[in-house]
Amino acid sequence: MSLTSLDATLWLAFVWLAIGGAGFLAPRNYFYIARVLFPLGALVGLLLAGVALDAVFHEPVSRVLPLGLPDLPFHARMDALSAFFLLLTGSVAAGISVFAGGYFRHGEQGTLPGLLCFYYHVFLASMALVLVADDAYFFMVAWESMALSSFFLVTTDHRHAEIRRAGYLYLLIAHVGAMAILMCFGALQGGTGSYQFDAMRAVQPGPVWGTVAFLLALFGFGAKAGLLPLHVWLPEAHPAAPSPVSALMSAVMLKTAVYGLLRVTFDLIGSPVWWWGVIALSIGLASALFGIVFAAVQTDMKRLLAYSSIENIGLIASGFGLTILFRGFSMGPLAALALTATLYHCINHAFFKSLLFLATGSVLHSTKERSLGKLGGLIHRMPWVAWLSLVGTLAIAGLPPLNGFVSEWLLLQAFLFTPGLPHAYLNMLVPVAAGLIALTAALSGYVMVKFYGVVFLGQPREAKLAEVQDAGLWKRAGLLWLAGGCVALGLFPLTVIGLIDEVTRPLTGFGIAGQSAASGWLYLVPISAERASYSPLLFLLVTSLLIAIAWLGVRLFYHGRMRRSAAWDCGFPYLDSRMQDTAQGFGQPVRQVFEQYFRVEQTVPSPFDPKPRYAETASDPLWHWLYLPFARGIMRATGLVTVLQRGRISVYLIYSFVTLLALLLFVR
Amino acid sequence: MTSAAGLAAQFAELILAVLLAPMLTGWVNQCRAWLQNRSGPGVLQPYRMLLKLFRKEVVLAHNASPLFRIAPYVIFACLALSAAIVPTLSTDLPLNAAADAIALVGLLALARMFISLAGMDVGTAFGSLGARREMMVGFLAEPALLMVLFTASLISHSTSLATIVGTLAKNEFVIYPSLAFAGVAFTMVSLAENARIPVDNPATHLELTMIHEAMVLEYSGRHLAMIEWAASLKLFVYSCMGLALFVPFGIAEGGDSAGILLALPVLAAKLAVGGALLALIETLSAKMRIFRAPEFLGIAFLVAVLAMLVRVLLES
Amino acid sequence: MLHFLSLHAAELINLCASLILLIAFAMLAQRKILALINLFAAQGLMLCVSTVLVAFVSGQAHLYWSALLTLVLKVLLLPWILHRLIRKLNVKWDVETLFNVSTTMIVGIVLVILAFNLVQPVSQLAGAVTKSTLGIALASVLLAFLMMITRSKAVPQVVGFLAMENGLVLAATGATHGMPMVIEFGIALDVLVGVLILGVFFFQIRERFDSLDTRHLEKLKET
Repeated sequence: MSLTSLDATLWLAFVWLAIGGAGFLAPRNYFYIARVLFPLGALVGLLLAGVALDAVFHEPVSRVLPLGLPDLPFHARMDALSAFFLLLTGSVAAGISVFAGGYFRHGEQGTLPGLLCFYYHVFLASMALVLVADDAYFFMVAWESMALSSFFLVTTDHRHAEIRRAGYLYLLIAHVGAMAILMCFGALQGGTGSYQFDAMRAVQPGPVWGTVAFLLALFGFGAKAGLLPLHVWLPEAHPAAPSPVSALMSAVMLKTAVYGLLRVTFDLIGSPVWWWGVIALSIGLASALFGIVFAAVQTDMKRLLAYSSIENIGLIASGFGLTILFRGFSMGPLAALALTATLYHCINHAFFKSLLFLATGSVLHSTKERSLGKLGGLIHRMPWVAWLSLVGTLAIAGLPPLNGFVSEWLLLQAFLFTPGLPHAYLNMLVPVAAGLIALTAALSGYVMVKFYGVVFLGQPREAKLAEVQDAGLWKRAGLLWLAGGCVALGLFPLTVIGLIDEVTRPLTGFGIAGQSAASGWLYLVPISAERASYSPLLFLLVTSLLIAIAWLGVRLFYHGRMRRSAAWDCGFPYLDSRMQDTAQGFGQPVRQVFEQYFRVEQTVPSPFDPKPRYAETASDPLWHWLYLPFARGIMRATGLVTVLQRGRISVYLIYSFVTLLALLLFVR
Repeated sequence: MTSAAGLAAQFAELILAVLLAPMLTGWVNQCRAWLQNRSGPGVLQPYRMLLKLFRKEVVLAHNASPLFRIAPYVIFACLALSAAIVPTLSTDLPLNAAADAIALVGLLALARMFISLAGMDVGTAFGSLGARREMMVGFLAEPALLMVLFTASLISHSTSLATIVGTLAKNEFVIYPSLAFAGVAFTMVSLAENARIPVDNPATHLELTMIHEAMVLEYSGRHLAMIEWAASLKLFVYSCMGLALFVPFGIAEGGDSAGILLALPVLAAKLAVGGALLALIETLSAKMRIFRAPEFLGIAFLVAVLAMLVRVLLES
Repeated sequence: MLHFLSLHAAELINLCASLILLIAFAMLAQRKILALINLFAAQGLMLCVSTVLVAFVSGQAHLYWSALLTLVLKVLLLPWILHRLIRKLNVKWDVETLFNVSTTMIVGIVLVILAFNLVQPVSQLAGAVTKSTLGIALASVLLAFLMMITRSKAVPQVVGFLAMENGLVLAATGATHGMPMVIEFGIALDVLVGVLILGVFFFQIRERFDSLDTRHLEKLKET
């Protein structure tokens, strides 16, 4: 029997588990764990990516695993959708694991390195298993081990109270979400009692059950993805976790939630109703705008990136909603376009966000500082990290010719087709939606200038920054891999779309790569050449040519004389680093424009204060309007229940006795 | 997709834009001088300025990074490329297939990002202040510009600039009310983007009000020359974009060379009128407080959204 | 010229209608009182032009009279009265502190969408030439209403009231080729008298509170 791609994937996941277990052999030996096990894990990731790349182009395969409960074995299946997300997981995990090899160092984490290695690889393996699971049981097992292992990873540094609190919040929301997913599967099985995905595919849920399932899935997977209003865990958990883990969570784990949404909506339910799309679209747009506006006012670099993840997930969700809309009105090719944009953005976000998280990890490691207000000027001390994160910065800001631009371009193209929708209200919402997407994209440029400028440019804001070291070889390799991914995904969109086509074809019945291929390998053409085309290679070529000509021209005709001197600054001689914009100052215009949406607390010093301190925090209004009242409500409800608590054994026995009697009486 | 005539037209457009852009700036300044009862330095003044700057040596701050030195060339290249994509003489441009209207906005955003990063690089108070303000203008102006282009692309069912301009120019007189809205939004955006008077003052060095000048304060010599040249190119690109969208007449169709030769004087005339109008607007209005700028641009953005809405509601 | 007009009349009417909408938005965002009045005059002019065009297309002679009425009353007389009032009251430099312009505009956009959807069934019945003006007319009415709500000074509120009437006239010409002349004269007279009375009110308000801010009227309530 030949080894199918599915078997290979399962074996590789198993190897990941084994590497995790191997961590216990010498749990305190940093060299063994960082230089042997993590690189091994990276290799497995690379292999997984290779297997998945092959599997995208093949027919789905499925098999029953000799695992699980008796009579309830695990089912696994590999189709193009799974393979695409596995490719994402494997390729990004390879980079992150190499980086992690240089990241975990002696005496920094509260958790034993062996234990850390175990959680890390269990996390990786469970994400891979989620993607190949083919029954609700296996899916939930993998999903829960993903949640638990990531919880332990988030609380790696569990000596700090706020990190424990962040972990608790994460675990709570993860489980509320998991409940919803479980109920969603319950709604999907349609009375057959079979929880295999195959059976769910066969059942056509009615409009009511379909809607229930979709809403539950949106809630459950949305909680994992960080969609509004279940996003609160994200900006808490990401900064708390070690950087490779934040990168992994943001890049891959959020995408497993997107995978789940796509799987349930387009595969298991099969025939979505158009107005589901409106819900997903509005939630997505709200998340995108919310995320980026909040990212603009953050002063902690990892929180900033976490909010930017909410934005990107929002964009992905709006693409998803648009796909449902087109699907609901049976506009296949356009649905394929929107889905392509969605999937493209998934893989893009995985690459540039992990790159940036790892870059913040390097900065954090070298400077022990993650507050933006205490960094600055690192481009001189950490050139590798600085230049590689410039790639990520430009990519995440959606600028050509890097990868972020391609997916946003495709998404906007999809939006420009919506006036063809046979529904008056929808037609009018589209300009508004396209405007919001454009606003979000422009704001992300703002946020990224702030991030990059404050961290890497300018003068160092603290004296200790003058002695920092650049990232080591392992870290550089990891960053280089991810930055290379950003560039490659940006420059060769046709290849990527050829891949994505294999995914969109079974889900929507159409693909957009055929059109592109017809117009030549150089041009990306989503629908027709007259309509729109884009060629990143040509773009890069012409731009570099123009830069070269300009540079050479200036050199040839004039001179290259240069003199170093003190900064001019309008002739002001007493310049120091505290006169630069702080992160808070840089975010101030956005805070002012969107003032109503923040909950701002200010402490203004009295004018006679000899040591004035000015503090301002802009916090999430949803936390105060939604979560705290909800939590208070729960507390009150549980307060009522505590009446039952008496502390006497005989009272408890009476409860059991009464319950037993009631059951005997009513359930006959 | 490409023809020899197309390549020639493309090349001609690029060279023309790069060479003529400073003259447009000079023309606007001259008109402004006339309107303000000054005799003015003549339209060639920007060239003299560039020449002077190129000859001078560069004085660089001690902690300026390589990014600071690369940025002027990148900005210049971005704007030169965007000048090449906007159809000014002919609609048969090979580069149009490589970059459409969205890519044009992306290109302008790329230039903006680099100039802002360069502004923050030396770490002076003015540099970061200018960068922040530039990005503030950018985050509202960029989507507004995109919405204006989208309105036009909804009319022509294409985001390719050549097709948009071709459709608008070819149709025998059709009035699009949505373009009236788009025109208003576009005017507001281009005033802001080119650091023109209601939002910024190109002639100021008064610290607290400047945007563009604050960012490039640390530049000198050839770097400053590149940036100034790029700024003229930006004005040129925006003017041509406005002309191409709202007065698209006289642009050569396809690859006929006679048409291109004819298009040249038409373009020159249109630019002269447009430049004079810009000078008139600048003379008539007063610079607003910087805190009013988001409001101004927010209105521009919403008017642009309205333009798209009007397009969908009225004209479909 | 006439040939051109008859060819493109529908488009021109549409253009005028959209300009009226654009001016309605501009009024929403304008904080200077003088500019507001000029905008109002411009809106009246657009209304006048569109009425002439409708008259030309439909051949209804009485619409020319209606256009003339609009021109005299809304472009010349009322702005003149308002300008005079402002000079007399010495509130020429009054600048209003507006409640967040962007939010107001967003509400405005929502109103436009709403208006178009509300009139959709009606405009199917209306004449082909003026189908879409009905939506714009309703939108202008709603926007003017919104403007009245968001202002606190008395003069802008009156301008909002007058702009609302502009929207109504547009709806009338758009949907049914205008109202009967008698009604139109009646409305015009009403508006004129209304403005005159309000002008008297302004003086009263200012005398009482030294300002035209209508928020002061809150003090009049019984406590």
